[in-house]
Amino acid sequence: MTDILATIEGGNEAEQGLKPRSELTARELMREVGAVLRMSEAEVAKLGDAPDDPSDDQTMIINMGPQHPSTHGVLRLMLELQGETVLRCKPVIGYLHTGMEKTGEALTYMQGGTNVTRMDYVSPLNNELVFSMATEKLLGIENDIPERAVWMRMLLSELNRMSSHLLFLATNGMDLGAVSMMIYGWREREEVLRFFQKVTGLRMNHNFIRPGGVAADLPDGWRDDVLRLLNLIPSRLDEYDTLMTGQPIWRERLQGVGVITAQEAMALGATGPILRATGVAWDLRRDQPYLHYDQVEFDVVVGEYGDAFDRYSIRLNEVRESMRIVHQILDRMPGGDYRIQNKKVTPPPRARINESMEALIHHFKLFTEGFKVPEGEVYVAIESPRGEIGCYIASDGSATPYRMHVRAPSFVNIQCLPHMMRGGLIADAVAIISSTDPVLGEVDR
Amino acid sequence: MSTDFSREQRVVHCTRAEYVATVRALLADTFSMCVDLTAVDYLTYAGDRSLPTGVAAERFEVVVNLLSIEKRERARVRVQVPADDASIATLFDMYPGSEAMEREVYDMFGIVFTDHPDLTRILMPEDWDGFPLRKDYDQGRIPVQFSGDFAVQS
Amino acid sequence: MSLIKDIQADGFGGIPHNAITAKLEDLVGWARSRSSWPASFGLACCAIEMMATGAAHYDISRFGMEVFRASPRQADIMIVAGRVSQKMAPVLRQVYDQMMEPKWVISMGVCASSGGMFNNYAIVQGVDQVVPVDVYAPGCPPTPETLIHAIETLHQKIEDGELLKRRSANGGGAHMHVTEIPQGARPMPVILGRR
Repeated sequence: MTDILATIEGGNEAEQGLKPRSELTARELMREVGAVLRMSEAEVAKLGDAPDDPSDDQTMIINMGPQHPSTHGVLRLMLELQGETVLRCKPVIGYLHTGMEKTGEALTYMQGGTNVTRMDYVSPLNNELVFSMATEKLLGIENDIPERAVWMRMLLSELNRMSSHLLFLATNGMDLGAVSMMIYGWREREEVLRFFQKVTGLRMNHNFIRPGGVAADLPDGWRDDVLRLLNLIPSRLDEYDTLMTGQPIWRERLQGVGVITAQEAMALGATGPILRATGVAWDLRRDQPYLHYDQVEFDVVVGEYGDAFDRYSIRLNEVRESMRIVHQILDRMPGGDYRIQNKKVTPPPRARINESMEALIHHFKLFTEGFKVPEGEVYVAIESPRGEIGCYIASDGSATPYRMHVRAPSFVNIQCLPHMMRGGLIADAVAIISSTDPVLGEVDR
Repeated sequence: MSTDFSREQRVVHCTRAEYVATVRALLADTFSMCVDLTAVDYLTYAGDRSLPTGVAAERFEVVVNLLSIEKRERARVRVQVPADDASIATLFDMYPGSEAMEREVYDMFGIVFTDHPDLTRILMPEDWDGFPLRKDYDQGRIPVQFSGDFAVQS
Repeated sequence: MSLIKDIQADGFGGIPHNAITAKLEDLVGWARSRSSWPASFGLACCAIEMMATGAAHYDISRFGMEVFRASPRQADIMIVAGRVSQKMAPVLRQVYDQMMEPKWVISMGVCASSGGMFNNYAIVQGVDQVVPVDVYAPGCPPTPETLIHAIETLHQKIEDGELLKRRSANGGGAHMHVTEIPQGARPMPVILGRR
């Protein structure tokens, strides 16, 4: 019984937490602080963070999470405080570790989409997209995907970016006390999800974008639905501007909070709105174009100060940019097939199954055994709402990936938290966590 | 060290001894971001590893994806790590962002990154046995691991 | 007590306002079911759908459940929304233990109910290994409609008192004790209307 109590009270993380100051050597502490800044130890010492500066009895380590209303799921932060000031911070993760990379090795390429879509559950279609693109690159069919499928993928990806950012606006508002924003954000997100449900059959975790194309064609009347969305959302975004952007309290709480410079963000590997907030105009849609992003016009929204307000306004304006892209997609959506006609990857059409035994067997084999993918390894990256999402697949020539790894943007981005929080106030901690917009499913995978 | 292209992607193979120097050269060549660091366990790999001559195949392979924002290019460094001495130098001093990724590789594969500032498990509980993503680690179901006997109320 | 005195003296006719009579057990069950506050225990994808249920379109406050409590001490229902990992299981149990009796658990989604598609080393294969579950909501993730159905099912069970009887058999439960009137005792006479 005592063992259980020890486990429940102490958790099973032991060494992973933040060490007290008295257990740290000077070198360790300087490394902790200095590495992020790419500074030498001597330079760090000048910052006055030597371990004997505040002693253990002046500071306090508090624990936030993993069950905390504003840590976006199960993120756990350990904060060392001196009064109200945060001296150090360490994220402890793994509370949602699902073993998806291991499961991915047991699922065929056909089934893999169901696995990866559950990683970043706020933008599932982008996960499926990157997995499908990696598989197609291994198969060598990445340039043969039908036009309609490519434009459909772009449409869904952009709408997903909108729904994801709307979710961010809702939760960011809630975390900062603007509870009505939470209700508005969800209201608009429901509109987008309703379209997804019509197209894919599901509100989340669609498994709709598959190697070779997409699972089904767009339903009748899809254009009207999208146009309705595009008419509805701009005025709502203007409402958000009135409610938050121009509002003195909102600005006061976000401006100058959680500042990070471009150099630090790049050193830490941060991508997406966090990197763009520091002024680095890096967006894979423009800089390493995939799908047909080189054929549409849009602006990469860039911040200047690298603070929480910049990250908020970048996401808000990216919704507008996504709508601009969707408008262009509507104009250019071609007809034709929605998946590649390649016997190796594509199941035969329903009508053929009814009349042909071979087609039935082919269909059955494709879904039970999957298709074989040539040997090799490949890394494909796209721009998810949270930053660069990459998929690394090593194939040994069988129907399942030998190794499937997803480079999750949130996983890397939350490494910025200790740096953003350092020297700030505990009251701003929630605003900073919220502004990095982590999705824990993708952090822990 | 040798550079080749696999499916139009730049891949750099190097030995463990050349690893740090190779990455340092790439860092100097504007590859200022380490976007991804992972590993592969080639224990049961049936196919052809297609490694260049001079690089001996080992059980583990550490794969580092570097990105140059200025050149808009990517480079992938693949390093072989033997099973009997599964350790490699850390990139922490060059890319502080590799810290969590190296911890993840340590957690999942048991590859030790020498001089890493905080090499602890990151995803699994600290008292976990084994390294889940190794090929000799079973995927299957494992009963809930509590430290003691746990009487479940029904 | 004056109410009961009045009733004893004058019968129900003496009560100045309208009144309903019911069994105490029913009244307690009804009150409990209509003000059950959930603990916000969001884990994964299901948490997003749980939050969607709380938002304007599905409006969980219709069932008296809009107050998602951050502290388990103030919550009655734990909605386990999402997959529970081996690392999270002790935390889950600790949060459950901190909740006050009577307490109920909804296991939302297949991952929480059975491990779902993730039958591997990392995920607890069913949260009922860690805490007692009262209602399972199927789906991956369950739509808000499914969650509302699960909540309604649980409310019905709370009103029935079925769960409490089951729990009290093994020492758990809601500490609601009903002393039965011994057979043969004369019931209190109730006279309707003024004498």
